[in-house]
Amino acid sequence: MPLLEIQNLSVSFLTAGGQFKAVDGVTLNVEPGDIVSIVGESGSGKSVAMLALMGLLPWTATVTADVLRFDGKDMLTMDKKTRRSIVGSEMTMIFQEPMTSLNPCFTVGFQLTESLKVHKNMDRRACNARALELLELVGIPEPQKRLSAFPHQLSGGMSQRVMIAMAISCNPRLLIADEPTTALDVTIQAQILDLLLKLQKEQDMSLILITHDMGVVAETAERVVVQYAGQQVEKQEVRGLFSNPHHPYTSALLASLPERSQARKLPSIPGVVPGQFDRPEGCLFSPRCSFATELCRTTPPKVASHEMGRALCHYPLAEGLPVGHPENREAAA
Amino acid sequence: MKNEIVLQAQNLARHYDVSRGAFKSPAVVKALDGATFNLQRGKTLAVVGESGCGKSTLARLVTLIERPTSGSLNIGGVDMAKLSDNERRKYHKRVQIVFQDPYGSLNPRQKIGHALEEPLLVNTTQSKAEREKAARDMLALVGLRPEHYDRYPHMFSGGQRQRIAVARALMLDPEILVLDEPVSALDVSIQAQILNLLVELQERLELAYLFISHDLSVVHHIADEVMVMYLGVPVESGSRDTVFEDPKHPYTQALLSATPVADPFKEKRRIVLKGELPSPMNPPSGCTFHPRCSYKIDVCPKVKPEIRTVGQSLVACHVAKE
Repeated sequence: MPLLEIQNLSVSFLTAGGQFKAVDGVTLNVEPGDIVSIVGESGSGKSVAMLALMGLLPWTATVTADVLRFDGKDMLTMDKKTRRSIVGSEMTMIFQEPMTSLNPCFTVGFQLTESLKVHKNMDRRACNARALELLELVGIPEPQKRLSAFPHQLSGGMSQRVMIAMAISCNPRLLIADEPTTALDVTIQAQILDLLLKLQKEQDMSLILITHDMGVVAETAERVVVQYAGQQVEKQEVRGLFSNPHHPYTSALLASLPERSQARKLPSIPGVVPGQFDRPEGCLFSPRCSFATELCRTTPPKVASHEMGRALCHYPLAEGLPVGHPENREAAA
Repeated sequence: MKNEIVLQAQNLARHYDVSRGAFKSPAVVKALDGATFNLQRGKTLAVVGESGCGKSTLARLVTLIERPTSGSLNIGGVDMAKLSDNERRKYHKRVQIVFQDPYGSLNPRQKIGHALEEPLLVNTTQSKAEREKAARDMLALVGLRPEHYDRYPHMFSGGQRQRIAVARALMLDPEILVLDEPVSALDVSIQAQILNLLVELQERLELAYLFISHDLSVVHHIADEVMVMYLGVPVESGSRDTVFEDPKHPYTQALLSATPVADPFKEKRRIVLKGELPSPMNPPSGCTFHPRCSYKIDVCPKVKPEIRTVGQSLVACHVAKE
């Protein structure tokens, strides 16, 4: 049984200009011990989908889903109290900006033991002992001293370690890391990624890693979901994704990475991600896609087979060539 | 004219006094401590390093926003340190800068056309019609449409705003463009567009770029020369290929190995550096990198290494060998 089961999750926000669909039909299964990465550019709805799962969205958001199940328990019909007992203990999240995620008014020790008090009902002594153990686990030197430190006394890397310690304090079964290293320097990023992977193995957690950095994906994830404008456009194993991307967006995104290009001029994707008011009628990627046909511009595509990476495309790519594309067919004939 | 040196920096340093309260003498932060480099016409020098390594201080010195504490900065054969403020102003036109955050660097209440014309209004005596023509030509040059002239910044996406920032920097026809993390706030697909634009402009206008970035894959793409900095000191500099293929300084090696590579098939040996960046207020003695270095020898904590030639690069390290 999958630990996390999401089917057809959609989130729309009530804005001054009407309803805006930020997440559109996201389906995701996470098995125990999985490392799944969600990649996408800003505005692709990768964070919003996970915030919806955690129940952290404001009242303007409408969340709908066919199935939203964590560990067999239905999160849709669950009352708030039960949800709160899961969120923060069995399912936890780390956010992008460690410096602003910690409350500047309270010590690290206080914030670290808060969830232990609430979820595990531990007394002060036990809490402190566990907090020490946690800080040691995430590799903070002089943990005793750090317990009474305030967030402003810590560097970015240290704060992120504290956030991780908070997230794993109740031995979660699922850890969602939302761009955990984006605000950090490269050498610190390497430390944090190693730490997350080590903890994932030791604690046997499932890890959902949200990122926009293809390098981070390649080095950490096992399965990858690519999102574009709120939709999942491709799902694949990490190696397949990089060697044989099936969706034109994935393919173009990989091609535009400076490190994968030999030429002085990078193959860039023209245009920008569609916003609230310029959403195309058919495939959302069609205005920027080099293979787009009339069909793409008028009809939303269906999800392709598992072998084709579940690409949301009329002509999913195989080895770089669009299958069933009119031009391609002519060339073959 | 290729290979012409447009800017020369010798032992450039900038120290700041930091107050430690009423009862203590102010501390000195050596934000930049002895950088030597040249900028060539039509070439790109990339400055790489983590936060606090002095990259942005370097940008402020090169753009003449601040004066160096010591060392010399030659632009077109004239030492900037010796000039009065009035005389320095003439050189402002020759060095322009593009900032990291395209959202924060444009005035939200100013139309794009006016933002572009402002440098001309301040620095030249051109008429209104001439200024408008120059601004419209520049819009076309950076790949924006003429109707954008009358729009406000909020109507543009991040990539377009960065184009506007580049356009504004180019209005005075500078020789040197300082690019302070120009693509790090942008998405990958947009990043490629801006990098292409920068390459194209450099070829067309023969600009010298000082490209400041922490992203090594971007640097590898765009740079001709690379300078790696750590805590205000350049630790290694050389041509792009030498630095990337045969890094000599332990910090450069660690930095390169820590950068994630978008290739799941590649075997990686990651050198994970222990510890954090030390505070620039209280840098370690001798070689500032020694607390995190795995090749440390006895002399490292005692003596500050001088820059010397190792192989084809300039390296500040006691241990580095050919």
